Formats: sequence, C-alpha cells, structure tokens
Amino acid sequence: MPAPRGHRGLVARLLLFTAGSFAFGFALVPLYSVLCKVWDTGNRWYGTQTAQASVIEQPDVDRVVTIEFVGNVAHQEDWEFAPTATTMKVHPGKLYEATFHAKNLTGHAVVAQAVPSIAPQTIARYFKKTQCFCFEPQKFAIAESREMPIRFIVDRDLPPDIDRITLSYSFFDLPQAAASNR
Amino acid sequence: MAHADTHDHHDHDHKPTGIGRWLFATNHKDIGTMYLLFALMMFFLGGAMALGIRLELFKPGMQWFDPAFYNSLVTNHALIMIFGAVMPAWVGLANWMIPLQVGAPDMALPRMNNYSFWILPFAFTLLLSSFFTAGGGPAGGWTLYPPLSLQAGDSFPLTIFAIHMMGISSIMGAINVIVTIMNMRAPGMTLLKLPLFCWTWLITAYLLIAVMPVLAGAVTMLLTDHYFGTSFFNPAGGGDPVMFQHIFWFFGHPEVYILILPAFGIVSEIIPAFSRKPLFGYDAMVYASASIAFLSFIVWAHHMFTVGMPLAGQMFFMMSTMLIAIPTGVKVFNWTATMWKGSITFEPPMLFALAFLFLFTIGGFSGLMLAIAPADFQYQDTYFVVAHFHYVLVPGAVFAIMAGVYYWLPKWTGHMYSMSLAKWHFWLSTVSVNVLFFPQHFLGLAGMPRRIPDYSTQFTDWNMVSSVGGFVFGFSQLLFVVVVWQCARGGAKATDKVWDGQMTGLEWTVASPAPYHSFTDAPDLTGVADTHH
Repeated sequence: MPAPRGHRGLVARLLLFTAGSFAFGFALVPLYSVLCKVWDTGNRWYGTQTAQASVIEQPDVDRVVTIEFVGNVAHQEDWEFAPTATTMKVHPGKLYEATFHAKNLTGHAVVAQAVPSIAPQTIARYFKKTQCFCFEPQKFAIAESREMPIRFIVDRDLPPDIDRITLSYSFFDLPQAAASNR
Repeated sequence: MAHADTHDHHDHDHKPTGIGRWLFATNHKDIGTMYLLFALMMFFLGGAMALGIRLELFKPGMQWFDPAFYNSLVTNHALIMIFGAVMPAWVGLANWMIPLQVGAPDMALPRMNNYSFWILPFAFTLLLSSFFTAGGGPAGGWTLYPPLSLQAGDSFPLTIFAIHMMGISSIMGAINVIVTIMNMRAPGMTLLKLPLFCWTWLITAYLLIAVMPVLAGAVTMLLTDHYFGTSFFNPAGGGDPVMFQHIFWFFGHPEVYILILPAFGIVSEIIPAFSRKPLFGYDAMVYASASIAFLSFIVWAHHMFTVGMPLAGQMFFMMSTMLIAIPTGVKVFNWTATMWKGSITFEPPMLFALAFLFLFTIGGFSGLMLAIAPADFQYQDTYFVVAHFHYVLVPGAVFAIMAGVYYWLPKWTGHMYSMSLAKWHFWLSTVSVNVLFFPQHFLGLAGMPRRIPDYSTQFTDWNMVSSVGGFVFGFSQLLFVVVVWQCARGGAKATDKVWDGQMTGLEWTVASPAPYHSFTDAPDLTGVADTHH
C-alpha cells in the first residue's frame, strides 16, 4: 500500500519492528531451552538423558531413598503402560535396574517415545540414568508387549532432606513426521 | 519534526455517497464510526454469551447448555470482548480523536486504515462460523493452551486464522497511530504538549507491534503442531506445552495494558475537564504510562506461578509485578490530586471516569493479591481471578470507553444527548457491575473453579446474586444504545466547546459536529502557552 512519501521511512521502520517481534516469538523457543538448562528447571535436561558409560558404585548403605515409578499414557485404550513395581528402596551411590511394562493396543505397528519427568524437580540432577528405554523411540509390532529396562544411580550428594523421588514417564505415539525428524 | 500535512483535501465537506462511502472509506471519522459501531455490536454479542454463562451458573446443576457448548461460550466471550469489542473501540476512538487532537487532517495512512477495519468483520465471521463446524466452537479457553486447544475439532484452524487476521488488523491500526502522532502533529505541538489520550495510545501502539506478532507466532506454532508434525509443544517430539504458556503470556501481559492504557489517557482528560483544573503531574503521567508499558514485558509468568518455576523465578515475577503498583499508584494519586480543590461537576463522562477511578483501583488491588506467588496457588484458576480481571476490564476499560463516548459524542453528532438517560445508564451500570463481579471474589476465595458449568451447592447464593447483577448490567447497556441513537438523530445543538469545563484539546476548537474534513490547514501552536503545565 503506498504510504504518502513523508511517512515511508517511519512506516518501513515500524514494519521492520513488527517483523522483528514475529521473529522474536520464534526465538523464544531456543531461548526457553537454554534458560531451562541454565536455571536447572524443565527437568528434561538433568538426569533424564544422561547415559553414562560407566559409573563408580559407592553405596551409602546407611541411607535409604524411596523411588516411586509412575506411568502415563495419553489414550488409555491405546496402550498398557505401567511400572512393573511401583516403588523401590535404594541406597544412594548404588546402581539399580527397574522395568516398565508396555503393550501396544493400537491395532497397528507403532513407534512410541517415553518422556520422563522427575519430582521434586530440584533434585533431577542427582538422578542419573545409565540406560533407559526413554533414550530412544521404541518400535512395537501389533499387540507386542515387553518389559523395558531403566538402570539408574542416585547420587550420594542427594540433599539430606530428600527421602523420596518420583520418576514418571508419559508414553506417546510418535507422529510420523516427528519420528522421522529424530 | 511536526509539519503541516495538508495533501489531498481540497474539497471541503464533500462526502462520498452510498455504501461506497463506508466500503472504501478513508476518512478517519467514517472509519472511527465504523470501528465504534463494530465494537458495540461485538460488545452485545459477547455480552449475550456472558448472559448465557450467568444463566447456566444461576443455580447448580446443568440447566441450559451441554458442557462443551458452555466452554465454547466462555472461550468466545473472551475472544470477542478482547479482540472484537475493547480493542476495536480503542482504535475507533483513536481514529476519531487523534487527528483532531494533534491538529492533523486525517490519519497518516488512510488506505491502510480502511484495510485494518474491513479485516475485522471477516475475522469475526471466521471465528463465529466455527460454531457450526463438527465439534462446535473453540472451547479450550481464549488462552489456547495446548494440548487442550489442539484437541478441538474443525474449529481449530478457523480460530487460528481469525486470530491471525485480528492481529494483522490491530498491527496496521497501531502503525497508523504511531505515524500520525509522530509525523502529523500541528506545528508547535511538542511531544510533551500532546493530550494524554494520544500519549497513552502512542505507548499502546508500540506495545501492539511488539507483542501481537508474538501471539501470531504462538498460534502459528499451534497450527504447525496440529497439521504439519512439528513438536513445539508436543513432548513426544521433544517439545514442551509449558513453553506455550510462556510465549502466550509474553504477549498476554502487555495485552492487558493494551486494553487499559488508552483508558488511562481518557480518564486523564476527563477528570481535569470537569474538575476545572489542569491535570496534576502531566509529565509524571506520561512517564508512569511508559514505565507500566516497560514493566509489562517482564512480569508475564505471574499468570503461571503454578506450572513449576524455580524459586528465584517466582520471586522475580512476584517482585516485578508488584513494581507495577508504583507507576499505577502515581496515576491514581494524580487523578485524585487533580480533583483536590477543583470545582467538580458530575456530567455523565465525569461519572464514568470517577467510577473507573474507584473500581479499577479495586481490580488493581486484587491484582496485587494475585501477584503474591505463595497466595496465588490458592487463587489460581478460581473465580477470584475472574473477579479481578473483570474489575479491570469492565468498570476499567469498558467504563473508560463509555466515558470517552459520552465526552466526545456531542462533538461527533453536533447534538447534546439526554443527560438524565445517560445518568440512568451510569447508575444502573455501576451498581449492577458491582453486584455482578464483587461476589465472585467471595466465590473464588471459597474455592469455586473458573470455566466449569456446574458447581457445589455451597456456592449457590453468591452465584445467584452475581447472575442477577449480570442481567441488570447487560440490559442496562441497551440504554446506552438509546442515548447514542437519540443523539445521532437530533437533540439540543452542541456548542463547539460542548462542555462547561476546562478542556484544553484542539478537538474543542473545531465546530460541532466536527466537519468531515477538519484541520486541512494545520493550527499553529508555536508559542502558544502550554496548557498542561
């Protein structure tokens, strides 16, 4: 639209400003991830993706921490998904294995992804996994069921006031596009 | 800087005729009128939805609507009132008054002005047509939080595109306001001589171009998550639904100041006029408005304390939110100080401005309560929040719009309106708006959740009171239509100055009704005494 000549400069700058705001909206996406890492929140970032080749076990046998396991699915009719045992008592500094049971009820072969969450959020960095079914997408044939392992170690430096940690997984069907992007 | 811009208007008071005058309108007064009428229609449509909500909530149990339809009433009531009623009403007042107040012949970009208005009817047709799609209208709340908003039926893309169009319209309107104020002020009108309505609108316009595009980005991400397999907010693909709330409220909080800042401007003009004293602390008002606008960018997460945030984050957002009370307090103090020892009369615009002052302040105080992060865990998603934002938006923004219309209506039509009818409108509205919203504080503190069509029986009494207030308030607004209609049709001739008050704006120097083409020769204010200081 033709702006009267005298206004063109200002209009151009304001349109640039508007475009900048639009771009800023999208820039908030990477910014959000960075800030979550920096501020140690958004517990996806700590403890949840830390595959370590080897850990040194130094169990603190005087201390017992209860780990609670929770499994969620978006659509109950599509999956059976639950921890094999809902609680486990562990010593910090010792490696443990737990399993989650999943069965594909969707009626077709599907790729699924478990997304972890840990509570309380602030101790996520003390919960280290050496192996987890959540590290990569899981392929399931029709009606296939299996037990999926997670191996973890609770850091000895876990703050002394914490005696209970809840580890929950949400289990999602991966959309085709999202699956191919990974 | 300011220069006389007198292009294109050689034909005084020649009006285009027929429907073309409105379809192809480039005259700021015609476009302002269309914006205001559109806003009025949307106000009644959104109001009808609100009455539907109050009808369902009159007593516990499900009476009238199924829950999905109730939810879409709630969602559309909000979208229509925010984007269809309050924002277009502000743009309409800006169109009418800013050229008259800065001494310009028209808005800077008249053709774009036409586009920005005519986008709106299409946007709202799109939004409302979603009611007839499979699954009904959008029902996930106006905040469109995923994953709920993504589970909508066919209404989803219609809602998203309607929001895109509303955003484009308001961005164009904002650019127009900025260019008009920056480039088209009469010679000698320095920035600190601007009427406060222009100042607050200038700041509002910058807020609009800063945050409406962010909303456009957020809803575009929803759209691509739904249809193109992206995972901005989908945890399965590595996204995070909480991030939507951050992006949305980065838009959403400045948006609430977009809705209220022009109200501050109007009240800052009406209170001095009818107190017959210059505004107390003009410069402080300008700086306070700018401070509020700046602070609005760093407080957004107070809308989402309960989603989980580090303690430092909660502290930051709590403290920065409370900081806003300082410039807002400056404003309330200055309005009060303006009236101190003034010769006050209570014409309808002054009555609405005073009701604004009292009732907006109540909304501000409940906002401070909500800002307290530990207390917010109790208030979050209850009727206390509903009471809070309705106090700032109804007797806040809407009353200021009414005050502005009652203030300038004789200038627009050339006739005085019925003062007694307008006062009836005022008293009925002011009493009923409190009957409507004040009990919602009690309901919220007692734990009644918002956005639910049914409730426990202990909430019945206050809900009944609130519903009665709602219906009285809703039907009282018909009086406003009668007053405006009568005033447009005829009535006692208004003088150029209209009011027996101390008005300083340039709009009072042109004839009543304001001629179709005004200030074709810019008034020269060089050396004219500064009336604000």
